[in-house]
Amino acid sequence: MHIPDGFLSPPVLVATGVVSAACVGVGVFRARKSLGEQQVPLLGVTAAFIFAAQMLNFPVAGGTSGHFGGAALAAILLGPLNAILVMAVVLVIQALVFFDGGLSALGANVFNLGVVGAFVGWGTHQLLLRLLPKGKPGLLGATAVAAWLSIFIASGACALQLAVSGTVPLNVAMPAMLGVHALIGIGEALITTAVVATVAAARPDLLTSLKRPEPEGAAA
Amino acid sequence: MSKQTRTLLFAGLGVSLLMGGVISFWASSHPDGLEWVAEEEGFLDAASENETQKSLAPIPDYEVPGVENDFLKVSLAGVIGTLVCFGLALLLGRLLRRRRQEASAA
Repeated sequence: MHIPDGFLSPPVLVATGVVSAACVGVGVFRARKSLGEQQVPLLGVTAAFIFAAQMLNFPVAGGTSGHFGGAALAAILLGPLNAILVMAVVLVIQALVFFDGGLSALGANVFNLGVVGAFVGWGTHQLLLRLLPKGKPGLLGATAVAAWLSIFIASGACALQLAVSGTVPLNVAMPAMLGVHALIGIGEALITTAVVATVAAARPDLLTSLKRPEPEGAAA
Repeated sequence: MSKQTRTLLFAGLGVSLLMGGVISFWASSHPDGLEWVAEEEGFLDAASENETQKSLAPIPDYEVPGVENDFLKVSLAGVIGTLVCFGLALLLGRLLRRRRQEASAA
Protein backbone atom coordinates (compact mmCIF):
# COMPACT_ATOMS: atom_id res chain seq x y z
CA MET A 1 0.00 0.00 0.00
CA HIS A 2 3.00 2.30 -0.48
CA ILE A 3 1.65 5.44 -2.13
CA PRO A 4 3.82 6.76 -4.98
CA ASP A 5 4.30 10.44 -5.77
CA GLY A 6 1.45 12.03 -7.72
CA PHE A 7 -1.53 10.27 -6.15
CA LEU A 8 -2.18 12.75 -3.35
CA SER A 9 -2.75 16.50 -3.43
CA PRO A 10 -0.42 18.90 -1.58
CA PRO A 11 -2.94 19.63 1.22
CA VAL A 12 -3.38 15.90 1.90
CA LEU A 13 0.39 15.36 1.81
CA VAL A 14 0.93 18.21 4.26
CA ALA A 15 -1.89 17.16 6.61
CA THR A 16 -0.81 13.51 6.80
CA GLY A 17 2.84 14.57 7.00
CA VAL A 18 2.19 16.87 9.95
CA VAL A 19 0.22 14.22 11.87
CA SER A 20 2.90 11.60 11.17
CA ALA A 21 5.72 13.91 12.22
CA ALA A 22 3.83 14.77 15.41
CA CYS A 23 3.29 11.08 16.22
CA VAL A 24 6.97 10.29 15.58
CA GLY A 25 7.86 13.24 17.83
CA VAL A 26 5.61 12.00 20.63
CA GLY A 27 7.02 8.50 20.10
CA VAL A 28 10.59 9.77 20.50
CA PHE A 29 9.62 11.78 23.57
CA ARG A 30 7.88 8.80 25.22
CA ALA A 31 10.65 6.36 24.28
CA ARG A 32 13.21 8.58 25.99
CA LYS A 33 11.22 8.21 29.18
CA SER A 34 10.11 4.63 29.10
CA LEU A 35 11.93 2.49 26.54
CA GLY A 36 12.92 -0.70 28.35
CA GLU A 37 16.32 -2.35 28.07
CA GLN A 38 14.86 -5.42 26.35
CA GLN A 39 12.94 -3.23 23.96
CA VAL A 40 16.06 -1.81 22.30
CA PRO A 41 17.10 -5.03 20.49
CA LEU A 42 13.43 -5.89 19.98
CA LEU A 43 13.02 -2.58 18.14
CA GLY A 44 15.82 -3.66 15.77
CA VAL A 45 14.55 -7.20 15.20
CA THR A 46 10.97 -5.99 14.67
CA ALA A 47 12.11 -3.47 12.03
CA ALA A 48 14.19 -6.17 10.31
CA PHE A 49 11.30 -8.65 10.35
CA ILE A 50 8.80 -6.13 8.99
CA PHE A 51 11.14 -5.05 6.19
CA ALA A 52 11.84 -8.65 5.15
CA ALA A 53 8.22 -9.80 5.44
CA GLN A 54 7.08 -6.82 3.37
CA MET A 55 9.18 -8.13 0.48
CA LEU A 56 7.10 -11.30 0.36
CA ASN A 57 4.17 -10.41 -1.86
CA PHE A 58 1.64 -13.21 -1.83
CA PRO A 59 -0.92 -13.67 -4.61
CA VAL A 60 -4.48 -12.62 -3.89
CA ALA A 61 -7.50 -13.34 -6.10
CA GLY A 62 -7.63 -11.75 -9.54
CA GLY A 63 -4.03 -11.05 -10.54
CA THR A 64 -3.23 -8.91 -7.55
CA SER A 65 -0.88 -9.43 -4.64
CA GLY A 66 -0.57 -8.28 -1.09
CA HIS A 67 2.18 -8.07 1.44
CA PHE A 68 2.56 -7.84 5.18
CA GLY A 69 2.21 -4.44 6.84
CA GLY A 70 3.46 -5.06 10.35
CA ALA A 71 2.12 -2.11 12.36
CA ALA A 72 -0.23 -4.29 14.43
CA LEU A 73 2.58 -6.74 15.19
CA ALA A 74 4.94 -3.93 16.17
CA ALA A 75 2.24 -2.36 18.38
CA ILE A 76 1.49 -5.64 20.18
CA LEU A 77 5.21 -6.21 20.75
CA LEU A 78 6.33 -2.68 21.59
CA GLY A 79 3.29 -0.45 22.13
CA PRO A 80 1.73 1.87 19.54
CA LEU A 81 4.21 4.76 19.75
CA ASN A 82 7.29 2.55 19.45
CA ALA A 83 5.50 0.80 16.59
CA ILE A 84 5.19 4.10 14.75
CA LEU A 85 8.94 4.64 15.18
CA VAL A 86 9.65 1.18 13.76
CA MET A 87 7.33 1.72 10.81
CA ALA A 88 8.90 5.13 10.13
CA VAL A 89 12.38 3.55 10.07
CA VAL A 90 11.24 0.86 7.61
CA LEU A 91 9.36 3.29 5.36
CA VAL A 92 12.26 5.77 5.25
CA ILE A 93 14.68 2.99 4.25
CA GLN A 94 12.24 1.70 1.63
CA ALA A 95 11.81 5.15 0.10
CA LEU A 96 15.46 6.26 0.21
CA VAL A 97 17.31 3.00 -0.46
CA PHE A 98 14.80 0.96 -2.48
CA PHE A 99 12.76 3.69 -4.21
CA ASP A 100 9.56 2.15 -2.81
CA GLY A 101 6.94 4.75 -1.92
CA GLY A 102 7.15 8.36 -3.08
CA LEU A 103 9.31 10.76 -1.11
CA SER A 104 6.56 13.38 -1.02
CA ALA A 105 4.13 10.67 0.10
CA LEU A 106 6.38 9.50 2.93
CA GLY A 107 4.25 11.28 5.54
CA ALA A 108 1.07 9.74 4.11
CA ASN A 109 2.64 6.28 4.09
CA VAL A 110 3.82 6.65 7.69
CA PHE A 111 0.29 7.83 8.51
CA ASN A 112 -1.52 4.86 6.89
CA LEU A 113 0.91 2.01 7.49
CA GLY A 114 2.30 3.38 10.74
CA VAL A 115 -0.03 5.67 12.70
CA VAL A 116 -3.37 4.19 11.60
CA GLY A 117 -2.08 0.62 11.57
CA ALA A 118 -0.46 0.89 14.98
CA PHE A 119 -3.34 2.62 16.78
CA VAL A 120 -6.05 0.45 15.20
CA GLY A 121 -4.01 -2.69 15.88
CA TRP A 122 -3.21 -1.68 19.45
CA GLY A 123 -6.72 -0.43 20.29
CA THR A 124 -8.40 -3.52 18.88
CA HIS A 125 -5.96 -5.81 20.67
CA GLN A 126 -6.42 -4.07 24.02
CA LEU A 127 -10.21 -4.10 23.67
CA LEU A 128 -10.43 -7.76 22.65
CA LEU A 129 -8.01 -8.87 25.37
CA ARG A 130 -10.55 -7.54 27.85
CA LEU A 131 -13.58 -9.00 26.07
CA LEU A 132 -12.26 -12.43 25.14
CA PRO A 133 -11.52 -15.16 27.67
CA LYS A 134 -8.02 -15.06 29.14
CA GLY A 135 -5.45 -17.50 27.85
CA LYS A 136 -3.95 -18.47 24.55
CA PRO A 137 -7.09 -18.69 22.34
CA GLY A 138 -8.16 -15.23 23.52
CA LEU A 139 -4.71 -13.77 22.87
CA LEU A 140 -4.43 -15.26 19.41
CA GLY A 141 -8.01 -14.36 18.47
CA ALA A 142 -7.46 -10.77 19.55
CA THR A 143 -4.20 -10.71 17.59
CA ALA A 144 -5.75 -12.02 14.38
CA VAL A 145 -8.64 -9.55 14.45
CA ALA A 146 -6.36 -6.62 15.38
CA ALA A 147 -3.99 -7.41 12.51
CA TRP A 148 -6.77 -7.82 9.97
CA LEU A 149 -8.52 -4.62 11.06
CA SER A 150 -5.28 -2.60 11.03
CA ILE A 151 -4.79 -3.32 7.31
CA PHE A 152 -8.50 -2.93 6.48
CA ILE A 153 -8.78 0.49 8.17
CA ALA A 154 -5.41 1.64 6.79
CA SER A 155 -6.64 0.89 3.26
CA GLY A 156 -9.79 2.88 4.02
CA ALA A 157 -7.65 5.81 5.15
CA CYS A 158 -5.68 5.54 1.91
CA ALA A 159 -8.93 5.51 -0.14
CA LEU A 160 -10.14 8.59 1.73
CA GLN A 161 -6.89 10.44 0.98
CA LEU A 162 -7.11 9.51 -2.70
CA ALA A 163 -10.69 10.82 -2.82
CA VAL A 164 -9.96 14.06 -0.95
CA SER A 165 -7.03 14.60 -3.34
CA GLY A 166 -9.46 14.35 -6.28
CA THR A 167 -7.56 11.40 -7.76
CA VAL A 168 -10.53 9.01 -7.75
CA PRO A 169 -14.12 9.34 -6.43
CA LEU A 170 -14.72 8.02 -2.90
CA ASN A 171 -17.51 5.67 -3.99
CA VAL A 172 -15.01 4.00 -6.33
CA ALA A 173 -11.87 4.08 -4.19
CA MET A 174 -13.39 2.99 -0.89
CA PRO A 175 -15.06 -0.30 -1.90
CA ALA A 176 -12.13 -1.24 -4.17
CA MET A 177 -9.46 -0.61 -1.52
CA LEU A 178 -11.47 -2.18 1.33
CA GLY A 179 -12.37 -5.18 -0.84
CA VAL A 180 -8.86 -6.17 -1.85
CA HIS A 181 -7.39 -5.37 1.58
CA ALA A 182 -10.04 -7.49 3.31
CA LEU A 183 -8.27 -10.37 1.56
CA ILE A 184 -4.72 -9.07 2.11
CA GLY A 185 -5.64 -8.63 5.78
CA ILE A 186 -6.00 -12.40 6.10
CA GLY A 187 -2.29 -12.75 5.31
CA GLU A 188 -1.56 -10.01 7.82
CA ALA A 189 -3.59 -11.87 10.47
CA LEU A 190 -1.84 -15.20 9.78
CA ILE A 191 1.71 -13.78 9.96
CA THR A 192 1.01 -11.58 12.99
CA THR A 193 -0.68 -14.42 14.88
CA ALA A 194 2.15 -16.84 14.09
CA VAL A 195 4.77 -14.41 15.44
CA VAL A 196 2.76 -13.46 18.53
CA ALA A 197 2.13 -17.15 19.28
CA THR A 198 5.86 -17.84 19.06
CA VAL A 199 6.81 -14.91 21.30
CA ALA A 200 4.00 -15.76 23.76
CA ALA A 201 5.31 -19.31 24.05
CA ALA A 202 8.95 -18.27 24.53
CA ARG A 203 8.93 -14.87 26.24
CA PRO A 204 5.42 -13.55 26.98
CA ASP A 205 6.97 -10.68 28.96
CA LEU A 206 8.13 -9.18 25.64
CA LEU A 207 4.51 -8.55 24.59
CA THR A 208 3.79 -4.97 25.62
CA SER A 209 0.10 -5.43 24.88
CA LEU A 210 -0.17 -8.02 27.68
CA LYS A 211 1.28 -5.68 30.28
CA ARG A 212 -0.78 -3.85 32.86
CA PRO A 213 -0.47 -0.10 32.54
CA GLU A 214 2.53 0.94 34.58
CA PRO A 215 3.35 4.25 36.20
CA GLU A 216 5.65 6.49 34.20
CA GLY A 217 9.23 5.27 34.04
CA ALA A 218 8.50 1.99 35.77
CA ALA A 219 8.76 -0.02 32.56
CA ALA A 220 12.55 -0.24 32.83
CA MET B 1 19.00 -9.90 29.14
CA SER B 2 18.09 -13.53 29.65
CA LYS B 3 19.50 -16.25 27.44
CA GLN B 4 16.02 -17.11 26.22
CA THR B 5 15.33 -13.54 25.13
CA ARG B 6 18.65 -13.47 23.32
CA THR B 7 17.83 -16.74 21.55
CA LEU B 8 14.42 -15.44 20.52
CA LEU B 9 15.89 -12.21 19.15
CA PHE B 10 18.57 -14.07 17.17
CA ALA B 11 15.90 -16.43 15.84
CA GLY B 12 13.80 -13.42 14.79
CA LEU B 13 16.74 -11.89 12.95
CA GLY B 14 17.55 -15.26 11.36
CA VAL B 15 13.98 -15.72 10.11
CA SER B 16 14.05 -12.14 8.77
CA LEU B 17 17.27 -12.77 6.83
CA LEU B 18 15.80 -15.98 5.46
CA MET B 19 12.67 -14.14 4.29
CA GLY B 20 14.54 -11.16 2.84
CA GLY B 21 17.48 -13.12 1.45
CA VAL B 22 15.93 -16.36 0.19
CA ILE B 23 12.12 -16.52 0.16
CA SER B 24 11.85 -13.03 -1.37
CA PHE B 25 12.96 -14.52 -4.71
CA TRP B 26 9.61 -16.30 -5.00
CA ALA B 27 7.48 -13.30 -4.04
CA SER B 28 4.52 -12.60 -6.30
CA SER B 29 5.20 -9.93 -8.92
CA HIS B 30 1.52 -9.11 -9.33
CA PRO B 31 0.61 -5.49 -8.56
CA ASP B 32 -0.17 -4.92 -4.87
CA GLY B 33 -3.59 -3.86 -3.58
CA LEU B 34 -3.21 -0.12 -4.18
CA GLU B 35 -1.47 -0.55 -7.55
CA TRP B 36 -4.18 -2.94 -8.69
CA VAL B 37 -6.96 -0.57 -7.66
CA ALA B 38 -5.14 2.27 -9.45
CA GLU B 39 -4.94 0.14 -12.60
CA GLU B 40 -8.55 -1.04 -12.44
CA GLU B 41 -9.96 2.40 -11.74
CA GLY B 42 -7.73 4.16 -14.25
CA PHE B 43 -5.64 6.45 -12.06
CA LEU B 44 -2.30 4.65 -12.28
CA ASP B 45 -1.14 7.36 -14.73
CA ALA B 46 -1.32 9.89 -11.91
CA ALA B 47 1.75 8.24 -10.35
CA SER B 48 4.96 10.12 -10.97
CA GLU B 49 8.55 9.23 -10.26
CA ASN B 50 10.82 11.61 -8.44
CA GLU B 51 13.97 11.37 -10.58
CA THR B 52 16.22 12.62 -7.79
CA GLN B 53 14.83 10.03 -5.38
CA LYS B 54 15.29 7.31 -8.01
CA SER B 55 18.85 8.28 -8.92
CA LEU B 56 19.89 8.56 -5.26
CA ALA B 57 18.34 5.24 -4.22
CA PRO B 58 21.25 2.74 -4.18
CA ILE B 59 19.01 -0.33 -4.73
CA PRO B 60 15.98 0.80 -6.77
CA ASP B 61 13.10 -1.71 -6.90
CA TYR B 62 14.83 -4.26 -4.64
CA GLU B 63 17.42 -5.32 -7.22
CA VAL B 64 21.09 -4.60 -6.59
CA PRO B 65 22.42 -2.85 -9.71
CA GLY B 66 25.27 -4.57 -11.53
CA VAL B 67 24.44 -8.04 -10.20
CA GLU B 68 23.63 -10.34 -13.14
CA ASN B 69 22.23 -13.32 -11.28
CA ASP B 70 18.45 -13.04 -10.88
CA PHE B 71 18.44 -14.71 -7.49
CA LEU B 72 21.44 -12.88 -6.09
CA LYS B 73 20.32 -9.38 -7.04
CA VAL B 74 17.07 -9.77 -5.08
CA SER B 75 18.65 -11.80 -2.29
CA LEU B 76 21.37 -9.23 -1.66
CA ALA B 77 18.79 -6.45 -1.68
CA GLY B 78 16.77 -8.33 0.93
CA VAL B 79 19.76 -9.05 3.17
CA ILE B 80 21.05 -5.47 2.95
CA GLY B 81 17.60 -3.98 3.65
CA THR B 82 16.96 -6.32 6.57
CA LEU B 83 20.31 -5.51 8.17
CA VAL B 84 20.01 -1.76 7.55
CA CYS B 85 16.53 -1.71 9.15
CA PHE B 86 17.81 -3.76 12.08
CA GLY B 87 20.82 -1.50 12.57
CA LEU B 88 18.96 1.76 12.24
CA ALA B 89 16.13 0.80 14.61
CA LEU B 90 18.66 -0.58 17.11
CA LEU B 91 20.71 2.61 16.90
CA LEU B 92 17.58 4.71 17.41
CA GLY B 93 16.65 2.65 20.47
CA ARG B 94 20.16 2.93 21.91
CA LEU B 95 20.26 6.70 21.41
CA LEU B 96 16.85 7.15 23.02
CA ARG B 97 17.82 5.06 26.04
CA ARG B 98 21.21 6.68 26.45
CA ARG B 99 19.62 10.10 26.55
CA ARG B 100 17.37 9.01 29.35
CA GLN B 101 20.24 7.54 31.32
CA GLU B 102 22.19 10.78 30.93
CA ALA B 103 19.14 12.76 31.99
CA SER B 104 18.58 10.64 35.08
CA ALA B 105 22.29 10.72 35.99
CA ALA B 106 22.37 14.51 35.80
